[in-house]
Amino acid sequence: MSIRQISVFLENKPGKLSEMTALLAANNIDIRALSLAETNDFGIARMIVDDAYEAVNMLRNSDFIANISHVLAFAVPDVPGGLNKLLNAFNEAKVNIVYMYSCLGSKDPSKAYMLFRVSDTKTSEAALVAHGLRPLSQEELAAL
Amino acid sequence: MERYYQPEIECASREEIIRLQNERLVKQVRHVWDSVPYYRKKMEGKGLTPEDVHTIDDLCKLPFLSKSDLREAYPYGLMGKPVKDCVRIQSTSGTTGKRVVAFYTQHDIDLWEDCCARAITAAGGTNEDVCQVSYGYGLFTGGPGLNGGSHKVGCLTIPTSSGNTDRQIMFIMDLQATILCCTPSYAAYLGERMKEMGYGPDDIPLKAGIFGAEAWSEEMRHDIEKTLGIKAYDIYGLTELSGPGVAFERSAQQGMHINEDHFIAEIIDPVTEEVLPDGTEGELVFTSLDKEAFPLLRYRTRDICTLTREPCPCGRTHVRMGKPKGRTDDMLIIRGVNVFPSQIETVLINNGYAANYQIIVDRVNNTDTLDVRVEMTPEMFTDDIGDIQKMQKTLVEGLRSMLGLTAKVTLVAPKTIERSEGKAVRVIDRRKL
Repeated sequence: MSIRQISVFLENKPGKLSEMTALLAANNIDIRALSLAETNDFGIARMIVDDAYEAVNMLRNSDFIANISHVLAFAVPDVPGGLNKLLNAFNEAKVNIVYMYSCLGSKDPSKAYMLFRVSDTKTSEAALVAHGLRPLSQEELAAL
Repeated sequence: MERYYQPEIECASREEIIRLQNERLVKQVRHVWDSVPYYRKKMEGKGLTPEDVHTIDDLCKLPFLSKSDLREAYPYGLMGKPVKDCVRIQSTSGTTGKRVVAFYTQHDIDLWEDCCARAITAAGGTNEDVCQVSYGYGLFTGGPGLNGGSHKVGCLTIPTSSGNTDRQIMFIMDLQATILCCTPSYAAYLGERMKEMGYGPDDIPLKAGIFGAEAWSEEMRHDIEKTLGIKAYDIYGLTELSGPGVAFERSAQQGMHINEDHFIAEIIDPVTEEVLPDGTEGELVFTSLDKEAFPLLRYRTRDICTLTREPCPCGRTHVRMGKPKGRTDDMLIIRGVNVFPSQIETVLINNGYAANYQIIVDRVNNTDTLDVRVEMTPEMFTDDIGDIQKMQKTLVEGLRSMLGLTAKVTLVAPKTIERSEGKAVRVIDRRKL
């Protein structure tokens, strides 16, 4: 039930991010979630889009370095302690989070949707399911 | 089977070579004394006349010539023949100062082209081959030299010169070129472009490449050989001595044979100017033996390498030179440490990076900084920033153990480092010294 995420290598310089977003815009690609990780000289943009394969091919054709990795998506009740409850389950399942970020809004205002990149997606997913969590499918996320 | 262009001289006995060198050196010194007042004055300054030179053992008495002599004597000061006897000039790129202009009689061009023909033959070239010369034509010696050598061997020669990469590839594929002559950095770029176009090593008709005019590492050689599916041979030369073909490599790729019937090679200590024994690293010095229009005695090349006279299994008897580590003018002194760009290239390729890199040297708060900029590759990219930083750290460690100093490694986006069609510009030195 993992979600395809695209990651793009970007130099940490003015204009580099917008070069990428311009390309996505020109190809009518909708960004459903976005996070940026940065170092002094480069960064990585991670995104959830409707069609990850199409977006990666398009980016590569324009000389960007991009690839697909898999993340887990969970709905979190938008109430105090909502995220904490979820993370407790991660602890119990002994799942290590490499990084996490949230979706850019949804139709249901009572819930937040969060994306987790974990150490070993398949094993972690099984452990989390065993602890009563249910990751969202690509289709569910797309329908939000 | 090993092939030779001029077996009688390439495989002559050592005694025969020395006899020829003795005879030619005496004549060459006399010719210089009679026709080049600039050098005659240098000899007179040491109290020498041509009578003091009888054999190659007397070579060490003669004064050196350096690049600054060539600049001082520019343009006609070292010309050994009147204009009526000369037929051509070639010239250096002049990136490190004033251009060097070298003169040629028809005899000089003939011997130069013979040297290039020896190199092409040693790389397996015959009159059945289609040889694409992608070195620049014009003032640069690369194009004209290999073009002439290719004609002498009888190859079908494609004089594409440098540039217009897609057209280069079209000729290689359409005319089924088997030998490619260009700079190693351009060969690497052609390989990269052909890979992008979907050509694998088995699709590419080339079998051999003759690459020179800049320092390159063994690792870069393996990369080019793998991408193009060829054997890559080194060729050495410099405009001051004629051009490419002063020395060349054969199939075992164990050093380059110097054409000793035309040039005497010595290795000296660049500081004390003392002649060093075979096997010791030092500056390469050349004496031309039968050049008419631009005869040079004891010319300091600033190239750092070693010589060996160990017998070579190929049957050639001429002395071999190791791959130059780089010119003394390519050498950077960073925080007091000598650094050659080729050392950095070795570390990059050993760590899986491409040979596209740039070295930026600067001085911040009176301390030299070394920034190695290298392109990110799709194979190395991951979404985990920690993994990428680990690779960066490994590279910094590799550079530290190779160079003995700490460099910064900057990862840049693909295709942001300019590809060169001739000699690659690897180093940007921003220090204002």
